[in-house]
This record gives sequence, structure tokens and C-alpha cells, in this order.
Amino acid sequence: MPGVTVREDFREIARLVRPGSRVLDVGCGEGTLLEMLTREKQIDGRGLEISPEGVSACLARGLAVVQGDADRDLDDFLAASFDYVILSQTLQAVLRPRHVLGELLRVGERAIVSLPNFGHWRVRLDLLIHGRMPVTGALAEPWWATPNIHLCTVRDFTGLCEEMDLAIEACAALAAGKPARPINPSRRFETWRAEAALFLLSRRRGEGLARA
Amino acid sequence: MREGDQGPVGAQQAGDSIIFSSDKPLRLDSGARIEGLEIAYQTYGALNAERSNAILVCHALTGDQHVAGHHPATGKPGWWRSLVGPGLPLDPERHFILCANVIGGCMGSTGPSSPGPAGAPWGLAFPMITIADMVRAQAMLVEALGIERLFAVIGGSMGGMQALQWAADYPERIFAAVCIAAAARHSAQNIALHEVGRQAIMADPDWLDGDYAARGARPEKGLAVARMAAHITYLSEAALQRKFGRELQRDGLSWGFDADFQVESYLRHQGASFVDRFDANSYLYITRAMDYFDLAGAHGGVLADAFRKARDVRFCVFSFTSDWLYPTTESRAVVRALNAAGARVSFLEIHTDKGHDAFLLDEPVLRAALGGFLESAGEARGLPCPA
Repeated sequence: MPGVTVREDFREIARLVRPGSRVLDVGCGEGTLLEMLTREKQIDGRGLEISPEGVSACLARGLAVVQGDADRDLDDFLAASFDYVILSQTLQAVLRPRHVLGELLRVGERAIVSLPNFGHWRVRLDLLIHGRMPVTGALAEPWWATPNIHLCTVRDFTGLCEEMDLAIEACAALAAGKPARPINPSRRFETWRAEAALFLLSRRRGEGLARA
Repeated sequence: MREGDQGPVGAQQAGDSIIFSSDKPLRLDSGARIEGLEIAYQTYGALNAERSNAILVCHALTGDQHVAGHHPATGKPGWWRSLVGPGLPLDPERHFILCANVIGGCMGSTGPSSPGPAGAPWGLAFPMITIADMVRAQAMLVEALGIERLFAVIGGSMGGMQALQWAADYPERIFAAVCIAAAARHSAQNIALHEVGRQAIMADPDWLDGDYAARGARPEKGLAVARMAAHITYLSEAALQRKFGRELQRDGLSWGFDADFQVESYLRHQGASFVDRFDANSYLYITRAMDYFDLAGAHGGVLADAFRKARDVRFCVFSFTSDWLYPTTESRAVVRALNAAGARVSFLEIHTDKGHDAFLLDEPVLRAALGGFLESAGEARGLPCPA
């Protein structure tokens, strides 16, 4: 689609996904990412989307999308029925992040999860100086209007992955208007500059960065 | 709109429908066979040279083959005019739209009011039928029309059950399947509600053990009560309240059992007009076929197993939030099974307070979503895009 800017995380997700794989996009919206992956990576794609408008738009694009809620309706999918399950900028907005993360890696061999980093230097500075909940590019709404009910830092997230015995196979920092930048999430100072982060996760512990 | 310009060998125009007479018997699930099977159907649009643009519409319990346009006999508009017509998702300019009266019905297809082997109406001697039997008969018609693979099979309510049955029995003969406001089995509540209707018919002294047609009677009272009870289940509590509330027919109460309330008068009218167009025994047979419907039961109790061979079919499932007859949970069970079978399924629950009947009404979200689904499926099937 010439003239249309693709979200930085979509670009990075497309880089990570193996061609021809089975992909479930949770919270697929109007299907922009699924369509891109279908075109560029020839995936066998499925979507889960909560809004009827989103599902309608996906249907018109020829995508197979089921209306549902990440918190509840991932139960409907069989174990290991996808190579990748994608959850883009949504984990912080679900009721049960730990449950959802577990479901992603039950349904998929791998999960690709991106989320805003509450440990970004600007967030820290904002809170330190103003003493108020930060409003930044990645966290655009005031506290009372935000759908983000489970915000965390990259370190919080890697801690949960550790606890859940999930391997972090890759991690990249995301910033608006810039290409994704690979980082090591266990190195504290590398995460300071990440507005958002994207993780490639798998159930088995391999030679992932989490061990490094 | 061109109507009825396609016919197989053995088909003839009969009044408002085309009648297909099969030279082969119809084998039924019960083990019985129907000889001299006739199927009354209607078509809209033209079959393309590749025979790839045919859509089979499956009608609901009391529906018929007159999907669109105007009913040639009654002058009433077709029951799915909200979705079938020029510029609509099912478009006779692009699609060859086909709808057949189900077997057991009373609109021209072989049913309990058709002449039996002895010449008199079958009555209760008519064999029991199932949803799968209805679909088997449709498959015979589709084959006779020279259509190897339907572009889509689409239906709401009992029509949705038939669409699922098509996917289970003839997956290689359909490209897409759309199931609206339906379920893969009848629940205890569904069976219970149907039983009320059947008992109302059979309690009518004019039912005459099903032999009323041969003896010149009609169990109109029983059939009307059955329709009144059923009609409530097609609406939602909110829709009834919005439409009627406690509004009265006249000023003040009658202090008797006249139709004081508008909702009573409405239901009486629904019952009274229904008996003019429907046969009581057909009502018994078709409701029974729906009660017997259990797609999982026919596949070892595992619904996904019904769809194992339908992985290449594009499915779209719709439900309505206020439909308590075939609630969203039933549609979700279908979606779960289709996912488990590895089929390509989409699902949308549409917000409305209009209850089960919403599938017959003009629902913009349904129209847009179904339109999008059919258009993209048409592209994949190589059908021309709309101008």
C-alpha cells in the first residue's frame, strides 16, 4: 500500500514471521497486519477481534476473523494450532495478562508480543518531575481514559516471562517513526530508551536472551 | 430480475415455481425412500458459463423458495429482500441464486400434503425426514442443474443448519458456507418449544390424526396456536416491549377475554394469517426434523469431526445478541469446532434487540459483513467484481 505508513511493530513482526506459517493475530483490528503478512509472507492467517466494525472490515478484506475477546475467547482455539500468535500493543489492556500470555503460548508454538514500556526514560522523568501519570506517544491518554489497566516495564515483563518459564528468543525496542532496534532486555540501560518493546517468545527455554 | 430461466431436464414451470421431478428415489436417514420426488424451486439471475456463481439459499422452518422479488401468487415481497436483489450481497446481476422448498414442506416440494402412493395425501404415512434428508434432496437438484460446486450455501435458522449439513456431507461441492442465527443441534429448550406447537396442532379436533386433508378438514386453531407460541420465540423481550408495551387495542379494558392488548391482537393475526399459507402436518414433520438435528451426534459426539473434510470451505457464522432461540453460545460452539477442524472460519455477533427474527430484517451490519465476505470469496473464486 504505497503512501500508507505501516506501524513500526508491524514491520518488525513481518521480519520475524517465517513465510507460509500459521498465524493468529489477537486484536487484529481491521486486519492491516494480517493482510500485510498474507501478502508478504504468504501466511495462513486468522484473527480475533472484539469490535464488530473491525470484524466487518476484515471480512471485506477476505480475512478469516472471529469476533471475540483476548481475555476469554482464546480458550476456543486448540493447543499448538498456530506457529505464531501475535498480540500487538494489547497485553497491557487485558484483564488477566498472565492468563492471556499463557494462552498465547498454549495456542501457538511462539508468541509475538509488543507492549508500551513504562520504564522508558521519559515516563520515569515525567513521573519524577511532575508527580503525575505520564502521557507520552506510546501512552497517549490521561489515567482516567486509558484502556491500559496493566502497564509494566520491560523488566517487569521479562520477570513474568522468567516466572512462566518462557524463553525470549528476540527483543526489539520500538519508537514512533523509527525502525525497530534489537535490544537485550536484561541489560538495564538498553531498556531505558525503548518507548515500546516487542518480544518473540516460546515455551521451551532455548538459547534465548533471557539466559544471557 | 429474471426469474426461473434455468431448468434441468425433468423441470417444468408450475405457476410460481419450477418443479424438478427426480427419476431417482430419495434415500432417507430413517431407511425409507421417497419415489417420485418433486422439488419446487425458484431462481434469480443467470448461471455463468463456468457454472461457478451459484448460491443456494436454504430457507427456515416456515420459509419458502420465494426469496426475492415479488411472490407471483400472493404479490408479497420475498422473505430475504434485505439481502437478495440488485446491489445487495446476493446479487442476481452477478450470482445465480437458487432456493428450493424443503422436502416435507408445503410449497410444492414432496411433503405430507402431497399425494401418496394411493393418490390421497400422505398425511402421517409420509416418512420422517431429517435436515440431512433435506440437503440430500437439494444436492440432487443442484446436480441436475449441472452445478458441480456451489459458490456458496447460505441460510438462517433452519437454513443455517442446512448450510452446516452441506459442509458436513458435501464439502467438495461448496466453496463457501454461511450460517446465520442457527446451531449445530437442537437444545432441550428448542425441542420443548417445538413440542408445544406440535401438541397444539394434535389437540385440534380437526387434525383427525393427521388425516384432515383426505377428509376435507383443517386444524386451523391448533396450527394458529403453534404459530403464536413460536412467534414469541422469534422476538426478544425488549423488542416486544418496544413494539407493544401494555398498549390497548381500544379505550379501556373489555373485562373479558377479547384481545385487549395490542400484543394479543398482533399474535392472533400472526396465527390467523399463518394458517392460510402453511400446512399443519408439514409443521409437525419439519419441526421434528429440526429436533432430530444433532451434527455432533452423527459424528461420534465430536462436532469438529463433522467438518474434518471441510477445511477448504470458507465459513462465515453470524449470531444476534438478543436471539435466545439460537443464542450466540451455539454459534460459538460451531466456530470452535470449525477452528478445531482447521477450517477457515469467520464469526460475528451482531448487536440488536430484534431477537431471532433479526436474520430476516434489514440489519445494516449483517448486510455489510455478509457483502464483504461474499465479495472477497467471489474474488477468490474468480467471480467478476461488482461494477
